[in-house]
Amino acid sequence: MSDKVLLDYGSGGRASQRLISDLFLKYLGNDELDRLNDAAVLNLSGRIAMSTDSFTVDPIFFPGGDIGSLAVHGTVNDVAMMGAVPRYITCGYIIEEGLPMADLERIVQSMGEAARHAGVKVVTGDTKVVPKGACDKIFINTTGIGEIIADPTPSGDAARVGDAVLVSGTMGDHGLTVLGTREGLDFEAKVQSDSAALNHLLVKLVRELPEVHVLRDPTRGGLATTLNEITKSSNVCCELTETSIPVRPEVKGGCSILGLDPLYLANEGKFICILPGEYADKALEIMRADPLGQDACRIGTMTDANPGKVVLVTQLGGKRLLGMLEGEQLPRIC
Amino acid sequence: MSFELLEKFRDPALCRKILDKMESELDRELRFMEVCGTHTVAIFQSGLRSLLPEKIVHLSGPGCPVCVTHESEVNAFLDLAGHENVILATFGDLMRVPGDKGRNLKKAVADGARVKVVYSPFDTLKLAKENPGDLVVFIGVGFETTAPTIAATMKMAREQGIDNLRILCFHKTVPTALDALLSDEAINIDGFILPGHVSAIIGVEPYNFIAEDYAKSAVVTGFEPLDILQSLNQMIEWRNKGEAHVANNYTRIVGEHGNPKALEIMYEVFEPCDALWRGLGLIPSSGLEIRPEWESFDAKKQFGIEIKESPALPGCKCGDILKGVKQPDQCPLFGKACTPANPVGPCMVSTEGSCAAYYKYKLD
Ligand code: SF4
Ligand code: SF4
Repeated sequence: MSDKVLLDYGSGGRASQRLISDLFLKYLGNDELDRLNDAAVLNLSGRIAMSTDSFTVDPIFFPGGDIGSLAVHGTVNDVAMMGAVPRYITCGYIIEEGLPMADLERIVQSMGEAARHAGVKVVTGDTKVVPKGACDKIFINTTGIGEIIADPTPSGDAARVGDAVLVSGTMGDHGLTVLGTREGLDFEAKVQSDSAALNHLLVKLVRELPEVHVLRDPTRGGLATTLNEITKSSNVCCELTETSIPVRPEVKGGCSILGLDPLYLANEGKFICILPGEYADKALEIMRADPLGQDACRIGTMTDANPGKVVLVTQLGGKRLLGMLEGEQLPRIC
Repeated sequence: MSFELLEKFRDPALCRKILDKMESELDRELRFMEVCGTHTVAIFQSGLRSLLPEKIVHLSGPGCPVCVTHESEVNAFLDLAGHENVILATFGDLMRVPGDKGRNLKKAVADGARVKVVYSPFDTLKLAKENPGDLVVFIGVGFETTAPTIAATMKMAREQGIDNLRILCFHKTVPTALDALLSDEAINIDGFILPGHVSAIIGVEPYNFIAEDYAKSAVVTGFEPLDILQSLNQMIEWRNKGEAHVANNYTRIVGEHGNPKALEIMYEVFEPCDALWRGLGLIPSSGLEIRPEWESFDAKKQFGIEIKESPALPGCKCGDILKGVKQPDQCPLFGKACTPANPVGPCMVSTEGSCAAYYKYKLD
């Protein structure tokens, strides 16, 4: 294979076949994918959760991950947030002509590893190569499918007054890492993306707890925006205690330099769990027993004070709104 | 400063003590204005706004550089976007500021304009070097805080022989605006919380006229809750004694005479000029323009840009809000026709704008 991705590799001809067998099957192969049929034949039963997402992250490699592992984690997590066991994923690659083959290989390899860790099979895929400039290096779409085991199925509109609001760990790590790497900023203490597959932890959680109302991963828009969506669709008020929201000191530091708020930054390996107050301790115990949930804490409670709103009780004991993010966060003038 | 040290300026128990003291000493309503947008945000973000005694009226002044950028200045940089061979460089804040006919830089980008968000004016040097066939035009908006860095960037460009960098200079200076506010009869302010960053450059002396000419108090203040409370408390005490002073409460950053080096470099490149402020109109000697010796950097000259009075946006009460005559939620458009998603005026766009702060943080 050439050291750069050429338009030929997307032609459907021999070059494409070589790319598929030498690269994709090498890292992503399994009994179903290896058949190279036009469609995958799956074995699923009961209620099914399905989710799709496209990944266009810039830069494609960042401390703590890359676009390949991220494409698996993102979709696996979305399926798992429905209280489901993710089983299969598909992947579509759109590659810009000229991408170094070594980069592509690194991405596919990392995707394969991520899928193995998460215990999902990549069962069908597609590759397109587009002319230089038609996309930015590489875009990946993944679709995931899994069997729902939670009853009731967690849902964004199911939060109730009295519910406890938990997070599985620190906020803002991924968002700050990607922003910092993109702009070539050096933070005093290195920050790293938290990109990870949460499904094993989530499955444990929904198996052991009788009732989980909401599971959500606070990706784009961060904790604040995700909680706003939940309070709106559930018509409850979320009251958060600022001092109990975990944020790494280096993330706080980086954010204060850039004028960003960590509560609006994306996370790729954390989840929000909202459930009846009496199960909060048990849930925290389960989360903290897992390396991905060791910093889990309770950050607030659902009340009936200001339906549809998220209220932050600050360190000083004052109260203020924690609104939705408007567009993207941009660094300020001074 | 380390986080541990900063935490001291957030001590809830100490804050409570000062709040109680203020409460007991207030015998009538007092109106305090913070000049700087970062203070506005700090007061809301920390929850202080919900804890202040009722007798304190908290006003946000003309201290957000985005908010005071005049309509005609906004239209000028929007006109430049999309110009052939022009790459506009800007701080992120300006991307969504609305100009006439619903234009903004975000939309200009979608229409093909080349706009680059930079984190520091120095980034424009690299940009200019990488694009020798284009003119890189930096939108120079801001107060004494940003002007010295831009001056330094221009000097560096000259040293490095970079000749395709231009500055669209809309800089404004803070003390002159306060003078204009204080001399306006319609405005009723008992004291100012003076900006920390601006003062780090200009020092405290340029504000002395506030006490001397107008018998009002003003305190240079840091951005932590205790900083702000201490300054307010000081001003209440002075008032009760019938005194007026200008003081520095942010000595960990701000020296009496500011930063002479920064000032020197700023005045080497810029000189005072009259400037148009949104909502406040023309204020003599309140702006900075590029000196003739540095004319080759001047985007206004190069493109023949004229800044002139133009009709304000219909319905927008930005002027009254910047002057502390009205609170944002007293604007009839607030939260209805005007929201951060669909801002009518810049006070709703800028992250430091008072309308945006009210919308974003204020409960009820
Ligand atoms: S430019 Fe600096 S001093 Fe002025 S509003 Fe912004 S942060 Fe405050
Ligand atoms: S709410 Fe909107 S229209 Fe009203 S003053 Fe503020 S920015 Fe202007």
